[in-house]
Amino acid sequence: MKACGTVHKYGDNVDTDVIIPARYLNSSDPNELAKSCMEDIDPDFVKRVKKGDIIVANKNFGCGSSREHAPIAIKASGISCVIAETFARIFYRNAINIGLPIIECEAAAKEIEAGDTVEIDFDSGMIYDKTKNTEYKGQAFPPFMQKIIEAEGLINYINQKV
Amino acid sequence: MGMTMTQKILAAHAGLETVQAGQLIEADLDLVLANDITGPVAIHEVEKLNKKTVFDKDKIALVPDHFAPNKDIKSAEHCKCVREYAKEHNITNYFEVGQMGIEHALLPEKGLIVAGETCIGADSHTCTYGALGAFSTGVGSTDMGCGMITGQAWFKVPSAIKVVLTGKPSKWVSGKDVILHLIGMIGVDGALYKSLEFTGDGVAELSMDDRFSIANMAIEAGAKNGIFPVDEKTIAYMEEHSKKKYTVYEADEDAVYDEEYTIDLSKLEPTVAFPHLPENTKTVNEAGEVKIDQVVIGSCTNGRIEDLRIAAEILKGRKVCDGIRTIIIPATQDIYMQAMEEGLLKIFIEAGAIVSTPTCGPCLGGYMGILASGERAVSTTNRNFVGRMGHVDSEVYLASPAVAAASAVTGKISQPSELGM
Repeated sequence: MKACGTVHKYGDNVDTDVIIPARYLNSSDPNELAKSCMEDIDPDFVKRVKKGDIIVANKNFGCGSSREHAPIAIKASGISCVIAETFARIFYRNAINIGLPIIECEAAAKEIEAGDTVEIDFDSGMIYDKTKNTEYKGQAFPPFMQKIIEAEGLINYINQKV
Repeated sequence: MGMTMTQKILAAHAGLETVQAGQLIEADLDLVLANDITGPVAIHEVEKLNKKTVFDKDKIALVPDHFAPNKDIKSAEHCKCVREYAKEHNITNYFEVGQMGIEHALLPEKGLIVAGETCIGADSHTCTYGALGAFSTGVGSTDMGCGMITGQAWFKVPSAIKVVLTGKPSKWVSGKDVILHLIGMIGVDGALYKSLEFTGDGVAELSMDDRFSIANMAIEAGAKNGIFPVDEKTIAYMEEHSKKKYTVYEADEDAVYDEEYTIDLSKLEPTVAFPHLPENTKTVNEAGEVKIDQVVIGSCTNGRIEDLRIAAEILKGRKVCDGIRTIIIPATQDIYMQAMEEGLLKIFIEAGAIVSTPTCGPCLGGYMGILASGERAVSTTNRNFVGRMGHVDSEVYLASPAVAAASAVTGKISQPSELGM
């Protein structure tokens, strides 16, 4: 499986309140949440984002609240993958559980810039910056998490067991 | 190799003799929690599971607290969704408006969680129950929903940071100052994926309410959980509030920690986290002149009876500064009632503050005290992110109830000593 798109770049500690502000949490509809995605950090994001685009950020992406609405909003906005130096742990779990691909890679997070075209090969964990002509090796998921991803999320994984 | 306290609890719940950091396990759960924001997403997800029945109707807690009492029609629909699911599945611990409180103050008070147990909750501040010596962590809605059906969750066994507390805090220093100081030291990702294990002689000097505040904000350092050893105060609390059998786990002498920090409680000063991260801490002495528009005293971090007593001690016989909106929110109905019986509510109202029914409300910018552009609040809540309490150009300063109450009187960030206390 591959993803390819234009990069939207952010810094450290992008929290779930700026990914989807709580004032919109009276909805749980993915398409409605997507309309306000990143609103408090990047008001033009929803106008710019195209299907397949990629978010690249530095450390502790998704810190703060446990709201699954955050990865749901990102996925529904069309983003195909989030690359970060590190992810906050609840966001990390939530992304896997809802099937939003995420990759930890310090070098890629530091060097890739906004507007670059980036391709990701999820099978190998390789990240290619086609604008800069550079490549990075992202951290692969442990086998246990790969099983959840292969099942396309935790719900299907459990349905296979129970 | 020795195990940390957290690792021992996880091993016992995974049916394993030992576990080590990094190991992936599936653990049995003693309590699974959701609220009116995360519950509907979880309920919608579990409809896709083949198994429809919950694993144990007594081990699930559903608490509408974030936007309840219903703040608008959409929130009313969410609360209705949770209410109907609770009724359909005969969930014992559903708390309707009238019984409900802010979940992380309510569940320990109702005795639903005790030492040695495991809990997941679809709310990041579920780590609060580590104060009781339980393993407790926040998850998303899908994890919560699956836990509610299967009674299990997967975990990567965390490594740990040891936090040794020594000495006795001075009069106006509370648990909130301890955790803000620690987050200031290690940063908002300083404990990412790890446990924060508190230990040392200083623990005995902290009340249970102090410990709840500290464990509550472990997530603000990125931690998976924060946990306290079980002592006489813990046991007295559990015996007062719960009929459940508790189990005391202690870290092994040779447990391995990634890092170790020591905090001398006697040297701590009232502390404030400046916008827009909980790690931006300064002592009130270093804060300078910061004028404010609003004070909030409440939340799962600081809406307990001791917090209200401290605020009342400062506000008694004083007036809230002209133009400062001061909003006080007891975290549960029992705390509200106790504050009423002790005369605290009268003190607040006479001082010019308002007292609200329990709700998370303004903490996450829901309702009951939203900030306009350019406004500043001193708040006893737990997050000061951009736009957290309202407009994207508003600011939240996190502090203890003592600092919040003193600031309400002066109209700027202040500590009780500035009032001659």
